Amino acid sequence: MPQTLFAKIWEAHLVTKRTDGRDIIYIDRHIMHDLHAPIAMQKIVDSGRTVHRPDLTWSSQDHSVSIRLDRDTNAKDGSPLNQKVRVLAKQFGIRVFDIGDAEQGISHVIGPELGMILPGSTYACPDSHACTIGGLGALAFATGTTELEHVLATQTIAFVRPKTMRVNLTGKLKPGVTAKDVILRIISQLGVDGARGYVVEYAGPVAEALEVEGRLTLCNMSIEWGARSGLIAPDEKTLAWIKGRPYAPVGAQWEAGLEGWREFKTDPGATFDREHTIDCAGLDPQITWGTNPGQVIGISDLVPDPSSVDPAKRDAFLHSLDYMGLTAGQPIAGLAVDVVFIGSCNNARMSDLEEVAKIVRGKKLASGVRALIVPGSSAVKRAAEAKGFDKVFTDAGFQWGSSGCSMCAGGEGIVATKGQRVVSTTNRNFENRQGAGVRTHLVGPAMAAAAAITGKITDVRALAEA
Amino acid sequence: MEPFISLTGSAVPLLLDDVNTDQIAPADRSHGHGADMKATLFSRWKAGDPNFVFNRPQFQEPRILVSRDNFACGSSRESAVWAMTANGIRCIVARTIADIFKENCLRNGMLTIELPADTAKDFEDKVIKADGAKHFTVDLPSQTITCPDGSKIAFDVTPAEKTALLEGLDDIGQTLKHKADIQAFEARIKQEKPWLQEAVARQ
Ligand code: SF4
Repeated sequence: MPQTLFAKIWEAHLVTKRTDGRDIIYIDRHIMHDLHAPIAMQKIVDSGRTVHRPDLTWSSQDHSVSIRLDRDTNAKDGSPLNQKVRVLAKQFGIRVFDIGDAEQGISHVIGPELGMILPGSTYACPDSHACTIGGLGALAFATGTTELEHVLATQTIAFVRPKTMRVNLTGKLKPGVTAKDVILRIISQLGVDGARGYVVEYAGPVAEALEVEGRLTLCNMSIEWGARSGLIAPDEKTLAWIKGRPYAPVGAQWEAGLEGWREFKTDPGATFDREHTIDCAGLDPQITWGTNPGQVIGISDLVPDPSSVDPAKRDAFLHSLDYMGLTAGQPIAGLAVDVVFIGSCNNARMSDLEEVAKIVRGKKLASGVRALIVPGSSAVKRAAEAKGFDKVFTDAGFQWGSSGCSMCAGGEGIVATKGQRVVSTTNRNFENRQGAGVRTHLVGPAMAAAAAITGKITDVRALAEA
Repeated sequence: MEPFISLTGSAVPLLLDDVNTDQIAPADRSHGHGADMKATLFSRWKAGDPNFVFNRPQFQEPRILVSRDNFACGSSRESAVWAMTANGIRCIVARTIADIFKENCLRNGMLTIELPADTAKDFEDKVIKADGAKHFTVDLPSQTITCPDGSKIAFDVTPAEKTALLEGLDDIGQTLKHKADIQAFEARIKQEKPWLQEAVARQ
């Protein structure tokens, strides 16, 4: 019987069924992080249990680390959470991607980058953006803290099998339109809870044409419309991208793996519980105007009118407008910007920074704008510095930081102030996420760069032409 | 885990869609050592709006939280559940609830109830009318909510989740009963796809 990509991965990892009907699914790679690992490891200690596979478990220091450029040389202290991770991980023999280590970075960035995540494999992380790695055709599980403890104790997750959805992305993206724009469009069209209960496969010519790092960006926001996970079938581009990375298999094992990895795709005729098609041919760069990632418009559009929404949703809509300091009907382009943040597990890989460098090279930040660029991993930071990007960015007036989550969720107190308008390459524009009363607009990296240079929300394509 | 059998208390109406976990448990109040989970709950909304429902005197000790669609979407932080249990809330009633949050609730003995839109409307009206002064009883064995006017609302729960909550089952313990299966799986994969069972920097 023809099978979906999801079903193939699920069945390849099915250990057994529990008496309560949940499937026990084996986890190939487990990367924790500093916010949740300390509590879960402590609970393992307290319960007298052990970590079943410390050799398949890692912990990254990302959420609570400083982004100071001198942090790596200035002693490995870090936050109290960072210190707790170290102590407990050592006790269990778990490798920490620590401050100052070459491999440090945001968990969902380093997993792929180190070649840990293989097509058709499973990954768990106590973070809702675990789904990022679906861009390599692997299946991610985002866990809470108690589930994280479960993965530590058993190297499995006990799950009710989710439903499946396919989103067919047709057409060809116009120049200057990116994976970020595609996923913002998907969420706005299908709704912030449109994928609740489903694992989503993104397919069609647009998904196929995206480079691997764009696929990671796209899958990253699967949680933003409620999906249990999101993934894209691996292809030759995926395999070429993984080959030669530190943890990727080599020699005969790589060759032996290839055949299997190529099978991880949905068979013709396989059926999904739901299917949608979105034509991306006319898509312009997208931007959020409101306080959830489904409140999205094209860069040339006007802030929508409350009469355009279902009356039951009108109060929330008006609240979003008010919080964001916007009036229905006003153009989004041209709004003055206070802060620009380029970073996060969504859009801080090398290809993203290349886009940014293209825009800002030889230019200066608009006066009054504060801008930060924080690479997704220490490896991205090194690669960018090798190309002189740090100089390009700092010459333009950006702050360049060491890798971590940073301002994505207001980590380490890196926030904007009440009422400030932030253009951000992150994945959540929730109220107060980047500081109390802060107004966040989500965009792709080139759009963020354009906002920094012009001091206002700008169509990057017009800037490139000028 | 503390079993959930039955609960009687006031119900707090937070009748909004898409309430996310960044609001339920703001990050700056969730993760420090010994974070005060009681104070964490909706700390930003509490500080920002004196009329916010949790600031009203009649909703200082609710046991049930009532919301609308897609409740607790966003971040997977379990502190969103802990902030509620720290305040005595043991049951969420909403039209729909985000998946990760539901799982986190189940593992903390918190009952989540999703009601179809028309039943939900009826229930929300009763919660507004009760205004924190009158009590509701949520009974898991009979799967009913008894309202202050004596009317009863039936709710669905899967048999497995019902058992887990009633007996306060330890989720990890349930899986560990299958340890031999897990080890057999590992041994098989080590033969078939050795690279999955070994993760080291090779190059
Ligand atoms: S960068 Fe932001 S979204 Fe990504 S893991 Fe860190 S805090 Fe979460």
